[in-house]
Amino acid sequence: MTQPIIKFDKVVKAFGSFVVLNQLDFEVQPGEKVTIIGPSGSGKSTVLRILMTLEPITGGVVYVDGQPLWHEQASDGTLKPASEAHLRKMREKMGMVFQQFNLFPHMTVRRNITEAPVQVLGLSKAEARERANELLEMVGLTEHADKYPHQLSGGQQQRVGIARALAMRPKIMLFDEPTSALDPELVGEVLTVIRKLAEEHDLTMLLVTHEMNFARQISDRVCFFDQGRMLEEAPPEQLFTNPKEERTRGFLKAVLEGN
Amino acid sequence: MLFGIPWDTSSSWAFALSILPILLIGLWVTIQAAVLGFIIALAVGLLWAALKAAPLRIISWPAAFVTEFLRDTPLLIQLFFLYYVLPEFGIILPAFMTGALALGLQYSAYTSEVYRAGIEAVPRGQHEAARALNLTGRRTFTRIVLPQAIPRIIPAMGNYLVSIMKDVPILSVVTVLEMLNVARIIGDRTFNYLIPLTMVGGLYLITTLIAAGGVRFLDRRLPKTGIPLK
Repeated sequence: MTQPIIKFDKVVKAFGSFVVLNQLDFEVQPGEKVTIIGPSGSGKSTVLRILMTLEPITGGVVYVDGQPLWHEQASDGTLKPASEAHLRKMREKMGMVFQQFNLFPHMTVRRNITEAPVQVLGLSKAEARERANELLEMVGLTEHADKYPHQLSGGQQQRVGIARALAMRPKIMLFDEPTSALDPELVGEVLTVIRKLAEEHDLTMLLVTHEMNFARQISDRVCFFDQGRMLEEAPPEQLFTNPKEERTRGFLKAVLEGN
Repeated sequence: MLFGIPWDTSSSWAFALSILPILLIGLWVTIQAAVLGFIIALAVGLLWAALKAAPLRIISWPAAFVTEFLRDTPLLIQLFFLYYVLPEFGIILPAFMTGALALGLQYSAYTSEVYRAGIEAVPRGQHEAARALNLTGRRTFTRIVLPQAIPRIIPAMGNYLVSIMKDVPILSVVTVLEMLNVARIIGDRTFNYLIPLTMVGGLYLITTLIAAGGVRFLDRRLPKTGIPLK
């Protein structure tokens, strides 16, 4: 087995006395497409937010690409809390797509995509523009490049969000309920883009979603989270048709009957 | 005669016309004091807002204390303090500078709150997106947060510009020859207070209306594409 690109080692995340992640062990292999499902409050979004360094961890160690994410190796070999410089270096490996898109409203679609490559990666404006054009073509929004986010539909905004994250050329893409804020008829266009990404790139993808059919189609592995732990993980066919845990079965029954 | 300009007391209209240039000199001082005070308020207020937002309490608490002090004590006390107490420590400023500084400092406490509200109104998701894209804290502030905060704060800042203009007459107590002070001197010397004071009121109204109109114009012209303003 190759070295996992993401590894949670007994990770604890607590807000005060409220425990969100409880001694979580979790691994993702390079290039793997993993979907996390589970009831709200199960800590599934927290996994992504910890990886994107939006939430610090309370205990344990997270490894990304073989290096501790929230820690640095001190000279005596022990782990000490990570500096901002270390976090910046680690963040380069990841990109995130948010439930609420979080596009910059005062910038055009193109500026949304070129801003970070220019400011952070030091690309020239022309290089960033070219990269943005390629990505806009990929997500099917070439003709909307000069519009502002509020002039686009939710589905289009989320596709810009995907292009913006990809413009940083991450190894790992994190999708935090990317279609949950969308009207039902707009979900498809976003899932199509994510599916294309999954099929055509060797990106590692970690997806939190309530779209069970989609999870089934694109995932190499589906993980069911409940109460801050990973209760069950399996290839999608197995998890959806023949879950081992009673809790998983109950959840899937509730969700699938709801549809 | 004031500022070398004589007045004509032959009739009310002639008097009014003859003191107009004198009052305009006073108005010019008023405008300069207000604008200088406002610039100080904008700059120092942003500094307070940044300090109060600092994660370290050793920085944020003193800043909060100072702004609270500036807000909750009368402008006149602050003005007297700067004018009479600072010279005891060897800091001697001209009356006009002292006045503008006093106005600027008191209003900086107000503008810092406006900045804070404007900055806090920028949704959390914007900070998270900036962080996920690895923008530095400084770039996030200057390129993501401030451009979204400024359109939100312009109307409130405009109100303070008008308000600061109306507070300028307080500077007369430290001998600044702003418009109201000039009008009072004319009244003292001619025993006609009605006309100069009425004219001061009128000139004030015109000036503040122009200032408020300017702020509204700026508010309309500033791009705020898609930024939810509430």
